[in-house]
Amino acid sequence: MPHGRSTVKNRVENTMKTVLMISALSSVAIVFLIGFFTLKESIPAFRGIGPLNMLTEKVWRPGQDSYGILAMIAGSGLVTLGSVLIGVPLALGCAVFLAEVAPKWMAEIVRPSVELLAGIPSVVYGLFGMVVLVPLVRGIEVPGNTGFGLLSASVVLAVMILPTIASVAESALRSVPRSYYNGSLALGATRWETIWRVNIPAARSGILSAVVLGLGRALGETIAMIMVIGNSVIMPKALTGNPLSIFLSRARTLTGNIAVEISYATGVHESALFATGVVLFLLIMIVNTSARGLLKASIEGGRRK
Amino acid sequence: MRKLVQNAAFTVFWMAGLGAVLIMLSVVGYVVFKGFADITPEFFTTSPRGGLSGEGGIQSTIITTVYLVVLTLLVATPLGVGAGIYLVEYADQARSGFMKRITSAARFGVETLAGVPSIIFGLFGYALFVTALKLGFSLASAALAGSCLIIPVIIRTTEEALKAVPDSYREGSLALGASRWETIWKVILPSAFPGITTGIVLGAGRIVSETAIFFVTLGGSYRTPTSLLASGRSMALHVYYLAMETRAFDKAMATAAVLVVLVILMNLSINMISRRITRDTR
Repeated sequence: MPHGRSTVKNRVENTMKTVLMISALSSVAIVFLIGFFTLKESIPAFRGIGPLNMLTEKVWRPGQDSYGILAMIAGSGLVTLGSVLIGVPLALGCAVFLAEVAPKWMAEIVRPSVELLAGIPSVVYGLFGMVVLVPLVRGIEVPGNTGFGLLSASVVLAVMILPTIASVAESALRSVPRSYYNGSLALGATRWETIWRVNIPAARSGILSAVVLGLGRALGETIAMIMVIGNSVIMPKALTGNPLSIFLSRARTLTGNIAVEISYATGVHESALFATGVVLFLLIMIVNTSARGLLKASIEGGRRK
Repeated sequence: MRKLVQNAAFTVFWMAGLGAVLIMLSVVGYVVFKGFADITPEFFTTSPRGGLSGEGGIQSTIITTVYLVVLTLLVATPLGVGAGIYLVEYADQARSGFMKRITSAARFGVETLAGVPSIIFGLFGYALFVTALKLGFSLASAALAGSCLIIPVIIRTTEEALKAVPDSYREGSLALGASRWETIWKVILPSAFPGITTGIVLGAGRIVSETAIFFVTLGGSYRTPTSLLASGRSMALHVYYLAMETRAFDKAMATAAVLVVLVILMNLSINMISRRITRDTR
């Protein structure tokens, strides 16, 4: 009975379509739930302490009801800055090398290495930092330097953001039409002049978005940071007259603040940790949205040309 | 002179490329060689006994990691693959405004989640699963929070795998009178299967490496969990506890070495699957 069969078929068809549609909504549902629960739990803190107070107050001392997160914002900011200073030149160098300079056999060694760096668990980076880097940094003879602090954390983080930046920047460079390169060579420019004056400027916004994406990664890293940054809730400050010695200071990141204290916090303290999460989430959303905007601009720019 | 500048510049880029290889080799090399120096077969077959020197092996943490990966995939795979199918196979027939809105909402969700740091998933898991749903620090809480982390990963790879299936397959099957779902089930999914598998392995790898989420949802007991509501310790989490609380760096390094080898094997299997895919489609 063909009629009956097709009704069954239709019913299966419609059921599956609905089931699939519901699973498609899972991602938005998660975003919504994350937003809802984090905000809901943070309301008592924002109400009781005031958002502006939290953001501008330096002292975080839950025992005495002081919940300022400025020190952690400074910690996250400085370690991100440090990792960008160290990691970006290396990552962009890798990207240019892979896209323009490396012979094929060499690219086939470098690319998997970078991919593997992306796969190493952050707890392993943290352990490596504790066992290898921290003792090295401790060797710098400055009073108050324990090895744990912004410098060790910046180096670890620089390696962790390298794969993200290198791979996004490499694909930005690769999306520059080959005709630009050939045209420039035909006009008598050397390969290097072409890369520097033609390819890199043409891939500019893609490269910038790679850096911004790396920045987002850096702000969100948790475990490796807890392990090497020292976790002291203090405004990072220079240990000697040299302003660069600020990187030898111990610090705490926003992410570390949440992870270290959440499992035993209660009441306003717990709520203040959720508020820390809201601040972190907003910071990262701003960073990622701008990266996405830049990436779109670079794709559209490429099409226009 | 111009040639000289070029040579200088290229030397710098070679150094950057070699630098990346060197960093990888020194991290992996150090952890693997240092770690495996302490590993005996008993390391895998005994469980941690607690205590200050981090005595014992890692058996219970291996079991917990396996439980966690299986549970997470049980939740995340159907949802992630289902979402991927919907976005690729049904989104194009989105004529009504309602369906268009669902598709763009789902895309927004995937894009946003990709940038959310894992500690936020942890914080959310703590608020919803540990506290509000009263699951406590447990395998269940950790697996649910972990699923949120890997659902977007699976959605993305599923989408890519489905897009790689030639349209002629779909047209051929529909022309023979199959319905859309029959086409998906009998034609498209089998040929996209290897690609979807890479997504699942990728997700499993994320769970094996993840620490922050489980630090705030899994509890950290070093005993083998006996129920979904029992607390536990994955291998990655064990490394953290050994390094930060027990200060047993040798044991931590040994566990980290096992973890790194596991991650390398997973990377290799993903590469092998994708290589087979490109060969077959050629």
